[in-house]
Amino acid sequence: MVSRLERARQALTSVVDPEIPALSIEDMGILRATTETATGVKVTITPTYSGCPAMGQIESDIRSALATADVGEVEIETVYSPAWTTDWMNEEARRKLEASGIAPPTSNPRCPRCLATEPRTVSEFGSTACKALLVCSACGEPFHYFKEI
Amino acid sequence: MTESAIFSGGPQGMPIPTPDPHFAYVLRHADDNLVAAQRYGEWISYGPELEEDIALGNIGLDHLGQARSLLAHAASLEGRGRTENDLAMMRDERDFTNLLLIEQPNGDFAHTMARALFFDAYQVGLWQALSDSTDATLAGIAAKALKEARYHLRHSSGWLVRLGDGTEESHERSQRAVDALWPYTSEPFQPDAVDLAAAEAGLGPDPSSLESEWRSRVSAVLGEATLDVPTDPYRRHGGRSGFHSEHLGHLLTELQWVARRYPGLKW
Ligand SMILES: [Zn+2]
Repeated sequence: MVSRLERARQALTSVVDPEIPALSIEDMGILRATTETATGVKVTITPTYSGCPAMGQIESDIRSALATADVGEVEIETVYSPAWTTDWMNEEARRKLEASGIAPPTSNPRCPRCLATEPRTVSEFGSTACKALLVCSACGEPFHYFKEI
Repeated sequence: MTESAIFSGGPQGMPIPTPDPHFAYVLRHADDNLVAAQRYGEWISYGPELEEDIALGNIGLDHLGQARSLLAHAASLEGRGRTENDLAMMRDERDFTNLLLIEQPNGDFAHTMARALFFDAYQVGLWQALSDSTDATLAGIAAKALKEARYHLRHSSGWLVRLGDGTEESHERSQRAVDALWPYTSEPFQPDAVDLAAAEAGLGPDPSSLESEWRSRVSAVLGEATLDVPTDPYRRHGGRSGFHSEHLGHLLTELQWVARRYPGLKW
């Protein structure tokens, strides 16, 4: 018999960041904890960038994922402390990011296409709150870089 | 500057209802960011170039996110059932306690960047201090916002240097913007009862402690931009106690009308 908590954790592995679908909210470090309550489960999440518009979508995706997992009442808590940092993205997350064409956060970003370093910065503000727009100085390809915070 | 040279923007001696200082303290910083977000939002589709349009939208979004976190926190501190949305959409001009600086209209691009420089330089110091707040939620919000504010400051500083040290036209417009906004740059550092109560409780810094660092940051950028630091002693205050310039009412009308015309409206 799989426990309620295990069913919840299993179901949550399918919840992805809607802006970077290659990554789950667990890879991202958005999912902070899943605990059992008297009547169900409590999921604790934390926002990445303050202005991340995906948080509302993530909450609703969590509810959908848990709806069919028979876990009872679902409570979602958003915590701000400690503040999320790109340091919480695991190695797997960084690998998947680069494979999907987004340079992972580092002080020394490289082109996800040809791996050349020292790209040129076009803008520190890209298509989403978390990304900057860079251009590779070697192959000339423009690419997104997940900003370090 | 002499004390007598400092003018206040609002009528004096009117009694103001005093809410819980902790709530009021979080709310004023939420208001700064909500108003900032709205001003940046006004640039959408008007940016001087595509990348810049996106940058201004992104910076606005950061401020909106900071405002939302702070409003949600304020709502829970108040504990009277008002939500983040109620605080944003259902309060009137007189209940907003944002700085006068950030409600000033966008003007031309140089004007927006000068206002941004003054505000970003203030926020970098503020968030840094708030990261050590005894209020753990506020400290968490500030720690994240600090990293975002550093990006904002780099953006506004970079632009002001390019514009100030650019063409004759861009130099002149930048200097005009700096001069026009200068009177609003002492309000952020004038403590009132709410700030002092917050400092006493370890919630945040005494704002006057942030001024010298602000001054050296801003002076360095203006110097590099070949712009003069204004010497005009005229000062405007009042935003923190709800006495605003004529611009906030118009901003709130645009921000709030849908929520008020269609209460409870959902997408
Ligand atoms: Zn390349």
